[in-house]
Amino acid sequence: MLKLRGRVIKAGTAHGEALVSPEPIGFLGGVDPDTGVVVEAGHPLRGQSVAGKILVFPTGKGSTVGSYVLYRLAYKGLAPAGIINASSEAIVAVGAIIANIPMVDEIDITQIRTGDEVAIEGGWVTVRRVARADKDSGAG
Amino acid sequence: MLAGKEGPAVQKAMEIVTALGKIYGAADLAPVESVQVAGVSYKNLGEAGLLFLQEWAREGARVRVPTMLNPAGVDLEQWQALGLPEEFARQQMAVLDAYAQMGIEMTCTCTPYLIGKVPGLGSHLAWSESSAVAFANSVLGARTNREGGPSALAAAICGRTARYGLHLTENRRATHIVRVNCPVRTEVDFGVLGYEVGRRVGKGIPYFVADNALWSAEGISAALHLRALAAAMAAGGAVALFHVQGMTPESELDEIVRPDAQEVVIPSLDEGYARLSSPLKSIDFVSIGCPHASLEELRDAARFLAGRRVRSLLWITTARETRRRAEAAGWVQTIEHAGGHVVSDTCLVVAPVEALGVKTMATNSAKAAFYAPSHSGLQVRLGTLGECLDAAVRGYWAPRRR
Repeated sequence: MLKLRGRVIKAGTAHGEALVSPEPIGFLGGVDPDTGVVVEAGHPLRGQSVAGKILVFPTGKGSTVGSYVLYRLAYKGLAPAGIINASSEAIVAVGAIIANIPMVDEIDITQIRTGDEVAIEGGWVTVRRVARADKDSGAG
Repeated sequence: MLAGKEGPAVQKAMEIVTALGKIYGAADLAPVESVQVAGVSYKNLGEAGLLFLQEWAREGARVRVPTMLNPAGVDLEQWQALGLPEEFARQQMAVLDAYAQMGIEMTCTCTPYLIGKVPGLGSHLAWSESSAVAFANSVLGARTNREGGPSALAAAICGRTARYGLHLTENRRATHIVRVNCPVRTEVDFGVLGYEVGRRVGKGIPYFVADNALWSAEGISAALHLRALAAAMAAGGAVALFHVQGMTPESELDEIVRPDAQEVVIPSLDEGYARLSSPLKSIDFVSIGCPHASLEELRDAARFLAGRRVRSLLWITTARETRRRAEAAGWVQTIEHAGGHVVSDTCLVVAPVEALGVKTMATNSAKAAFYAPSHSGLQVRLGTLGECLDAAVRGYWAPRRR
């Protein structure tokens, strides 16, 4: 188990399975607001749903209207359970606040892998690696 | 506010302002003189944005400082006559109702400074329309970051914004020195120049060297040129502040150019014109007023169109207050008599123009030319006000230049 200390952007507690993107995420045009699925062409998370996940990515990008996409996802019950950034910016931070999604930044996100069980509690992020056949046989 | 005594919306607004302060390392908050909120058109906001605004209005969010709106998606009075879709107009009205409930003025313009909302030198603002931000910072010497719609709204509700970025003197120094080595004569040339500089400097702060006749225009045409330049730099790049030697208020300050500033040379506008303008012959639609047309532009358009009749659809977009003044002078009537429309509250970039059934557009705005292909699926030809109006009358492009 790994404990990481970050900075609170939106206070709260959350836990769930990590979905990690090595690339920034732009919510307007990048995530379908009706399904929560990443739709940006060429994006490493394309085709995957952010709903209920602890969404881990370096930083936000794109239009400021992206904040409202996070709000809409929350309204439809399709928002990420929590957000972890390496370095946050205004679009995702504002979106997390208006959508009530716990969010921390200043975290070394390379320590987290997709499928890890992650909990956010205030500024603390707890990461538990889940041993799974498909993970163990992958690149280690 | 942060403790939630004034309701959940006010609490969230304060959370936004303080979170942004934390993210961008602000030492404290600055009181804002005025706020200008973008994210008004239903075309951009969509259902999610509307739901959010209604929730905040219901939860008692009210603005504490004078707050204005960017253009909406329809002309509030003549949307039916203009052929804008009814369902869209209904959703748009719901957006405006929510903003009105929060105490915001229904200015619906990208040029608040043309309707008497002129911020003072050095005053702190939270404005979000990119061209207005660039104009207010650079030409009026006010201080604002490029706010997003929700962050500007949060600042209006708190009456404060985080003091970082362009609120601080040390961050207002030029990062690029720009030398322009080609003729730049008209509002279109200035727009194309802005687009070219924006592409090169991105988020930087350009300082224009004015050692030639380029910047010799005075008064009204100088203001028109600076507006076109500001709008196109903010669209082609993300410029929020620029300086023009001897012309803009901060250009003469000591050390206004950073010692590590990079030099940018613009040898010609040909590449910019080639990127923004196609050699179209047939013109369905002529769009003037991006940023919103000034009273002088409406006067010039009325003079050109007096006694003529347009074949293309002609929209001149302007602030409702500017339209009212032009109406008092008889210019709106002259333009309408020629078959043109003087459209308020909205603009080409945020209206559902794709519903108008037009394919080819002439405009004197480099910013409009930049957005129209992606936002509205239009092909664009750039020309001056006179050239565009000439095309509107003929229904096709006749001038030889460019």
